[in-house]
Amino acid sequence: MGSWYWWMLLGMAVVTYLPRAIPLTFLEGKELPPAVSGVLRNIPYAVLGALIFPAILYAQPDDLLFGVIGFASAALIAWLGGGVMGTVLGTIAVLAVYSLLVG
Amino acid sequence: MQREGLAAGLKAGLTIAIGYFPVALTFGLLAKTTGLSLTETVAMSIFVFAGAAQYISLSLIAAKVDPVLIVLNTFIVNIRHFLMTASLNEKMQPDARWKKAVYAFGITDETFSVISTTGEGRVRTSYAAGVIVLSYASWVIFSGIGHVIGANLPLFLQAAMSIALYAMFVALLIPSLKGNRKVVLLALTAAAINGFFFWTELLSTGWAIMVSTLASAVIVEVLYARRGNVLRRAVERKEGA
Repeated sequence: MGSWYWWMLLGMAVVTYLPRAIPLTFLEGKELPPAVSGVLRNIPYAVLGALIFPAILYAQPDDLLFGVIGFASAALIAWLGGGVMGTVLGTIAVLAVYSLLVG
Repeated sequence: MQREGLAAGLKAGLTIAIGYFPVALTFGLLAKTTGLSLTETVAMSIFVFAGAAQYISLSLIAAKVDPVLIVLNTFIVNIRHFLMTASLNEKMQPDARWKKAVYAFGITDETFSVISTTGEGRVRTSYAAGVIVLSYASWVIFSGIGHVIGANLPLFLQAAMSIALYAMFVALLIPSLKGNRKVVLLALTAAAINGFFFWTELLSTGWAIMVSTLASAVIVEVLYARRGNVLRRAVERKEGA
Protein backbone atom coordinates (compact mmCIF):
# COMPACT_ATOMS: atom_id res chain seq x y z
CA MET A 1 0.00 0.00 0.00
CA GLY A 2 1.16 3.62 -0.28
CA SER A 3 1.10 6.56 2.11
CA TRP A 4 -2.63 6.91 1.38
CA TYR A 5 -3.13 3.79 3.48
CA TRP A 6 -1.87 5.53 6.62
CA TRP A 7 -4.03 8.59 5.99
CA MET A 8 -7.01 6.31 5.51
CA LEU A 9 -6.13 4.47 8.72
CA LEU A 10 -6.00 7.77 10.59
CA GLY A 11 -9.45 8.65 9.24
CA MET A 12 -10.84 5.22 10.16
CA ALA A 13 -9.39 5.50 13.66
CA VAL A 14 -10.93 8.94 14.22
CA VAL A 15 -14.43 8.12 12.93
CA THR A 16 -14.44 4.89 14.95
CA TYR A 17 -13.25 6.53 18.16
CA LEU A 18 -15.59 9.54 18.18
CA PRO A 19 -18.93 7.66 18.46
CA ARG A 20 -17.35 5.64 21.27
CA ALA A 21 -15.96 8.57 23.23
CA ILE A 22 -18.41 11.45 22.81
CA PRO A 23 -21.34 10.02 24.82
CA LEU A 24 -19.11 8.65 27.60
CA THR A 25 -17.23 11.91 28.13
CA PHE A 26 -19.87 14.54 27.35
CA LEU A 27 -22.68 12.89 29.28
CA GLU A 28 -20.52 12.33 32.38
CA GLY A 29 -22.22 13.84 35.43
CA LYS A 30 -25.31 14.86 33.46
CA GLU A 31 -28.75 13.85 34.72
CA LEU A 32 -30.88 12.69 31.77
CA PRO A 33 -34.71 12.85 31.66
CA PRO A 34 -36.20 9.58 33.04
CA ALA A 35 -37.71 8.65 29.66
CA VAL A 36 -34.31 8.93 27.94
CA SER A 37 -32.43 6.96 30.59
CA GLY A 38 -35.24 4.36 30.46
CA VAL A 39 -34.64 3.92 26.73
CA LEU A 40 -30.87 3.79 27.23
CA ARG A 41 -31.22 1.08 29.88
CA ASN A 42 -33.15 -1.00 27.32
CA ILE A 43 -30.37 -0.80 24.73
CA PRO A 44 -28.21 -3.76 25.91
CA TYR A 45 -31.05 -6.28 25.59
CA ALA A 46 -32.34 -4.84 22.33
CA VAL A 47 -28.87 -4.79 20.78
CA LEU A 48 -28.26 -8.43 21.77
CA GLY A 49 -31.45 -9.40 19.96
CA ALA A 50 -30.32 -7.53 16.84
CA LEU A 51 -26.74 -8.82 17.00
CA ILE A 52 -27.88 -12.45 17.29
CA PHE A 53 -30.70 -12.53 14.78
CA PRO A 54 -30.60 -13.14 11.89
CA ALA A 55 -26.77 -13.11 11.65
CA ILE A 56 -26.33 -16.31 13.71
CA LEU A 57 -28.21 -18.27 11.02
CA TYR A 58 -25.56 -17.25 8.49
CA ALA A 59 -22.46 -17.92 10.62
CA GLN A 60 -21.54 -20.25 7.75
CA PRO A 61 -23.15 -18.37 4.85
CA ASP A 62 -23.93 -21.44 2.74
CA ASP A 63 -25.04 -23.78 5.52
CA LEU A 64 -28.21 -22.67 7.28
CA LEU A 65 -28.37 -25.87 9.35
CA PHE A 66 -24.99 -24.97 10.90
CA GLY A 67 -26.44 -21.72 12.23
CA VAL A 68 -29.65 -23.32 13.42
CA ILE A 69 -27.79 -26.05 15.34
CA GLY A 70 -25.42 -23.45 16.77
CA PHE A 71 -28.31 -21.23 17.88
CA ALA A 72 -30.19 -24.15 19.46
CA SER A 73 -27.12 -25.54 21.25
CA ALA A 74 -26.09 -22.14 22.61
CA ALA A 75 -29.62 -21.38 23.82
CA LEU A 76 -29.95 -24.80 25.47
CA ILE A 77 -26.56 -24.71 27.22
CA ALA A 78 -27.12 -21.13 28.40
CA TRP A 79 -30.65 -22.00 29.60
CA LEU A 80 -29.30 -24.94 31.60
CA GLY A 81 -26.86 -22.57 33.33
CA GLY A 82 -23.69 -23.25 31.33
CA GLY A 83 -22.40 -19.71 31.82
CA VAL A 84 -20.79 -17.63 29.09
CA MET A 85 -17.57 -19.64 28.76
CA GLY A 86 -19.38 -22.99 28.97
CA THR A 87 -21.85 -21.92 26.30
CA VAL A 88 -19.16 -20.69 23.92
CA LEU A 89 -16.94 -23.77 24.26
CA GLY A 90 -19.90 -26.19 24.31
CA THR A 91 -21.38 -24.72 21.14
CA ILE A 92 -18.01 -24.84 19.39
CA ALA A 93 -17.69 -28.52 20.41
CA VAL A 94 -21.14 -29.39 19.07
CA LEU A 95 -20.45 -27.66 15.77
CA ALA A 96 -16.97 -29.18 15.48
CA VAL A 97 -18.60 -32.62 15.58
CA TYR A 98 -21.24 -31.47 13.10
CA SER A 99 -18.62 -30.03 10.72
CA LEU A 100 -16.54 -33.22 10.93
CA LEU A 101 -19.58 -35.36 10.09
CA VAL A 102 -20.85 -33.14 7.26
CA GLY A 103 -17.62 -31.71 5.84
CA MET B 1 -21.71 -0.28 44.37
CA GLN B 2 -18.02 -1.18 44.50
CA ARG B 3 -18.22 -4.77 43.42
CA GLU B 4 -16.40 -6.67 40.71
CA GLY B 5 -12.99 -5.28 39.77
CA LEU B 6 -10.07 -5.98 37.45
CA ALA B 7 -9.82 -9.74 38.09
CA ALA B 8 -13.50 -10.34 37.36
CA GLY B 9 -13.18 -8.13 34.28
CA LEU B 10 -10.24 -10.14 32.95
CA LYS B 11 -12.18 -13.35 33.51
CA ALA B 12 -15.16 -12.02 31.56
CA GLY B 13 -12.79 -10.67 28.89
CA LEU B 14 -11.31 -14.13 28.36
CA THR B 15 -14.56 -15.28 26.74
CA ILE B 16 -14.36 -12.44 24.24
CA ALA B 17 -10.67 -13.15 23.66
CA ILE B 18 -11.56 -16.74 22.70
CA GLY B 19 -14.35 -15.49 20.46
CA TYR B 20 -12.04 -13.00 18.74
CA PHE B 21 -9.37 -15.63 18.08
CA PRO B 22 -10.84 -17.10 14.87
CA VAL B 23 -12.21 -13.76 13.67
CA ALA B 24 -8.87 -11.96 14.10
CA LEU B 25 -6.93 -14.88 12.60
CA THR B 26 -9.13 -14.74 9.51
CA PHE B 27 -8.79 -10.97 9.34
CA GLY B 28 -5.00 -11.35 9.30
CA LEU B 29 -5.16 -13.90 6.54
CA LEU B 30 -7.55 -11.83 4.42
CA ALA B 31 -5.42 -8.72 4.95
CA LYS B 32 -2.42 -10.64 3.61
CA THR B 33 -4.31 -11.79 0.53
CA THR B 34 -5.52 -8.19 0.01
CA GLY B 35 -1.88 -7.10 -0.13
CA LEU B 36 -1.40 -5.45 3.26
CA SER B 37 1.98 -5.84 4.96
CA LEU B 38 2.21 -7.27 8.48
CA THR B 39 2.74 -3.76 9.88
CA GLU B 40 -0.25 -2.35 8.01
CA THR B 41 -2.44 -5.23 9.16
CA VAL B 42 -1.51 -5.04 12.83
CA ALA B 43 -1.69 -1.22 12.75
CA MET B 44 -5.30 -1.37 11.61
CA SER B 45 -6.20 -3.69 14.48
CA ILE B 46 -4.28 -1.48 16.93
CA PHE B 47 -5.77 1.85 15.88
CA VAL B 48 -9.27 0.93 14.70
CA PHE B 49 -10.24 -2.15 16.78
CA ALA B 50 -13.58 -2.73 15.07
CA GLY B 51 -14.09 -6.12 13.45
CA ALA B 52 -16.89 -5.48 10.99
CA ALA B 53 -15.44 -2.18 9.75
CA GLN B 54 -11.99 -3.73 9.28
CA TYR B 55 -13.37 -6.65 7.26
CA ILE B 56 -15.38 -4.33 5.05
CA SER B 57 -12.41 -2.02 4.51
CA LEU B 58 -10.41 -4.99 3.16
CA SER B 59 -12.98 -5.77 0.51
CA LEU B 60 -13.18 -2.07 -0.41
CA ILE B 61 -9.37 -1.79 -0.62
CA ALA B 62 -9.34 -4.86 -2.86
CA ALA B 63 -11.98 -3.19 -5.06
CA LYS B 64 -9.77 -0.05 -5.24
CA VAL B 65 -12.48 2.13 -3.74
CA ASP B 66 -11.55 5.76 -2.94
CA PRO B 67 -10.00 5.82 0.60
CA VAL B 68 -12.28 8.75 1.52
CA LEU B 69 -15.28 6.53 0.87
CA ILE B 70 -13.71 3.76 2.97
CA VAL B 71 -13.42 6.19 5.89
CA LEU B 72 -17.02 7.32 5.39
CA ASN B 73 -18.18 3.72 5.27
CA THR B 74 -16.28 2.98 8.48
CA PHE B 75 -18.14 5.83 10.17
CA ILE B 76 -21.51 4.52 8.99
CA VAL B 77 -20.74 1.00 10.17
CA ASN B 78 -19.55 2.19 13.59
CA ILE B 79 -22.06 4.91 14.38
CA ARG B 80 -24.06 2.31 16.33
CA HIS B 81 -21.41 2.55 19.05
CA PHE B 82 -22.80 6.01 19.77
CA LEU B 83 -25.97 4.38 21.06
CA MET B 84 -24.03 1.81 23.06
CA THR B 85 -21.73 4.27 24.81
CA ALA B 86 -24.66 6.57 25.62
CA SER B 87 -26.33 3.58 27.24
CA LEU B 88 -23.11 2.46 28.92
CA ASN B 89 -22.70 5.90 30.48
CA GLU B 90 -25.80 5.19 32.60
CA LYS B 91 -24.27 1.93 33.77
CA MET B 92 -20.67 2.94 34.54
CA GLN B 93 -19.45 4.37 37.81
CA PRO B 94 -18.87 8.12 37.51
CA ASP B 95 -15.18 8.70 36.89
CA ALA B 96 -12.63 11.19 35.58
CA ARG B 97 -13.26 12.19 31.98
CA TRP B 98 -9.81 11.15 30.81
CA LYS B 99 -10.30 7.62 32.14
CA LYS B 100 -13.61 7.35 30.32
CA ALA B 101 -11.99 8.74 27.17
CA VAL B 102 -9.39 5.97 27.43
CA TYR B 103 -11.69 2.99 27.93
CA ALA B 104 -14.16 4.40 25.37
CA PHE B 105 -11.65 3.25 22.74
CA GLY B 106 -12.27 -0.37 23.74
CA ILE B 107 -16.05 -0.41 23.38
CA THR B 108 -17.08 -2.94 20.74
CA ASP B 109 -20.33 -4.88 20.28
CA GLU B 110 -18.79 -7.63 22.41
CA THR B 111 -17.20 -5.63 25.23
CA PHE B 112 -20.33 -3.49 25.44
CA SER B 113 -22.59 -6.54 25.72
CA VAL B 114 -20.48 -8.09 28.46
CA ILE B 115 -20.02 -4.91 30.50
CA SER B 116 -23.60 -3.67 30.25
CA THR B 117 -25.22 -6.98 31.24
CA THR B 118 -23.07 -7.33 34.37
CA GLY B 119 -25.63 -7.68 37.17
CA GLU B 120 -27.45 -4.88 38.97
CA GLY B 121 -25.99 -1.52 39.86
CA ARG B 122 -23.03 0.43 38.54
CA VAL B 123 -19.96 -1.17 36.95
CA ARG B 124 -16.46 -0.27 38.10
CA THR B 125 -13.97 1.25 35.68
CA SER B 126 -11.45 -1.46 36.61
CA TYR B 127 -13.92 -4.17 35.58
CA ALA B 128 -14.41 -2.54 32.17
CA ALA B 129 -10.63 -2.18 31.84
CA GLY B 130 -10.19 -5.90 32.51
CA VAL B 131 -12.75 -6.90 29.88
CA ILE B 132 -11.23 -4.57 27.29
CA VAL B 133 -7.53 -5.36 27.84
CA LEU B 134 -7.86 -9.08 27.12
CA SER B 135 -10.25 -8.55 24.19
CA TYR B 136 -7.96 -5.96 22.62
CA ALA B 137 -4.82 -8.05 23.14
CA SER B 138 -6.49 -11.05 21.51
CA TRP B 139 -7.68 -8.96 18.56
CA VAL B 140 -4.29 -7.36 17.87
CA ILE B 141 -2.10 -10.42 18.48
CA PHE B 142 -4.21 -12.86 16.46
CA SER B 143 -4.53 -10.39 13.55
CA GLY B 144 -0.75 -10.49 13.36
CA ILE B 145 -0.52 -14.26 13.75
CA GLY B 146 -3.19 -14.70 11.07
CA HIS B 147 -1.06 -12.66 8.68
CA VAL B 148 2.12 -14.62 9.48
CA ILE B 149 0.92 -18.21 9.54
CA GLY B 150 -2.35 -17.93 7.68
CA ALA B 151 -5.44 -19.75 8.91
CA ASN B 152 -3.67 -22.99 9.66
CA LEU B 153 -6.37 -24.45 11.88
CA PRO B 154 -8.12 -27.56 10.55
CA LEU B 155 -11.10 -26.51 8.43
CA PHE B 156 -13.76 -28.14 10.61
CA LEU B 157 -12.42 -26.28 13.65
CA GLN B 158 -12.32 -22.95 11.78
CA ALA B 159 -15.92 -23.49 10.77
CA ALA B 160 -17.01 -24.43 14.30
CA MET B 161 -15.30 -21.40 15.81
CA SER B 162 -17.19 -19.02 13.55
CA ILE B 163 -20.11 -19.43 15.97
CA ALA B 164 -18.11 -18.22 19.01
CA LEU B 165 -19.22 -14.58 19.17
CA TYR B 166 -22.87 -15.39 18.51
CA ALA B 167 -22.83 -18.12 21.16
CA MET B 168 -21.48 -15.51 23.55
CA PHE B 169 -24.29 -13.08 22.74
CA VAL B 170 -26.83 -15.86 23.32
CA ALA B 171 -25.17 -16.75 26.64
CA LEU B 172 -25.34 -13.11 27.76
CA LEU B 173 -28.98 -12.75 26.79
CA ILE B 174 -30.58 -16.00 28.01
CA PRO B 175 -30.01 -15.57 31.79
CA SER B 176 -31.50 -12.04 31.60
CA LEU B 177 -34.56 -13.39 29.74
CA LYS B 178 -35.53 -15.70 32.57
CA GLY B 179 -38.52 -14.24 34.40
CA ASN B 180 -38.16 -10.85 32.74
CA ARG B 181 -40.79 -10.21 30.09
CA LYS B 182 -39.47 -6.76 29.29
CA VAL B 183 -36.08 -8.22 28.28
CA VAL B 184 -37.82 -10.89 26.18
CA LEU B 185 -39.86 -8.23 24.44
CA LEU B 186 -36.81 -6.01 23.84
CA ALA B 187 -34.74 -8.79 22.29
CA LEU B 188 -37.59 -10.19 20.16
CA THR B 189 -38.69 -6.79 18.86
CA ALA B 190 -35.14 -5.79 17.89
CA ALA B 191 -34.52 -9.20 16.29
CA ALA B 192 -37.75 -8.99 14.29
CA ILE B 193 -37.07 -5.46 13.01
CA ASN B 194 -33.46 -6.35 12.21
CA GLY B 195 -34.67 -9.46 10.36
CA PHE B 196 -37.03 -7.28 8.35
CA PHE B 197 -34.18 -4.95 7.30
CA PHE B 198 -31.93 -7.92 6.56
CA TRP B 199 -34.29 -9.82 4.27
CA THR B 200 -35.73 -6.76 2.53
CA GLU B 201 -32.17 -5.37 2.20
CA LEU B 202 -33.55 -1.92 3.02
CA LEU B 203 -30.60 -0.99 5.24
CA SER B 204 -26.97 -2.07 5.45
CA THR B 205 -25.99 -4.12 8.52
CA GLY B 206 -24.57 -1.26 10.59
CA TRP B 207 -27.63 0.94 10.15
CA ALA B 208 -30.05 -1.97 10.52
CA ILE B 209 -28.63 -2.90 13.92
CA MET B 210 -28.73 0.68 15.11
CA VAL B 211 -32.25 1.43 13.90
CA SER B 212 -33.76 -1.85 15.15
CA THR B 213 -32.06 -1.45 18.55
CA LEU B 214 -33.27 2.10 19.01
CA ALA B 215 -36.78 1.35 17.72
CA SER B 216 -37.15 -1.63 20.04
CA ALA B 217 -35.83 0.28 23.07
CA VAL B 218 -38.24 3.18 22.43
CA ILE B 219 -41.31 1.07 21.57
CA VAL B 220 -40.94 -1.15 24.65
CA GLU B 221 -40.30 1.85 26.89
CA VAL B 222 -43.46 3.57 25.61
CA LEU B 223 -45.47 0.35 26.09
CA TYR B 224 -44.29 -0.01 29.67
CA ALA B 225 -44.78 3.68 30.47
CA ARG B 226 -48.39 3.41 29.22
CA ARG B 227 -49.00 0.30 31.26
CA GLY B 228 -47.52 2.05 34.29
CA ASN B 229 -49.89 4.99 33.76
CA VAL B 230 -52.94 2.74 33.41
CA LEU B 231 -52.02 0.90 36.63
CA ARG B 232 -51.43 4.17 38.45
CA ARG B 233 -54.78 5.55 37.36
CA ALA B 234 -56.54 2.36 38.43
CA VAL B 235 -54.93 2.62 41.85
CA GLU B 236 -55.92 6.30 42.11
CA ARG B 237 -59.52 5.48 41.19
CA LYS B 238 -59.63 2.80 43.85
CA GLU B 239 -58.20 5.13 46.46
CA GLY B 240 -60.66 7.86 45.42
CA ALA B 241 -63.67 5.52 45.74
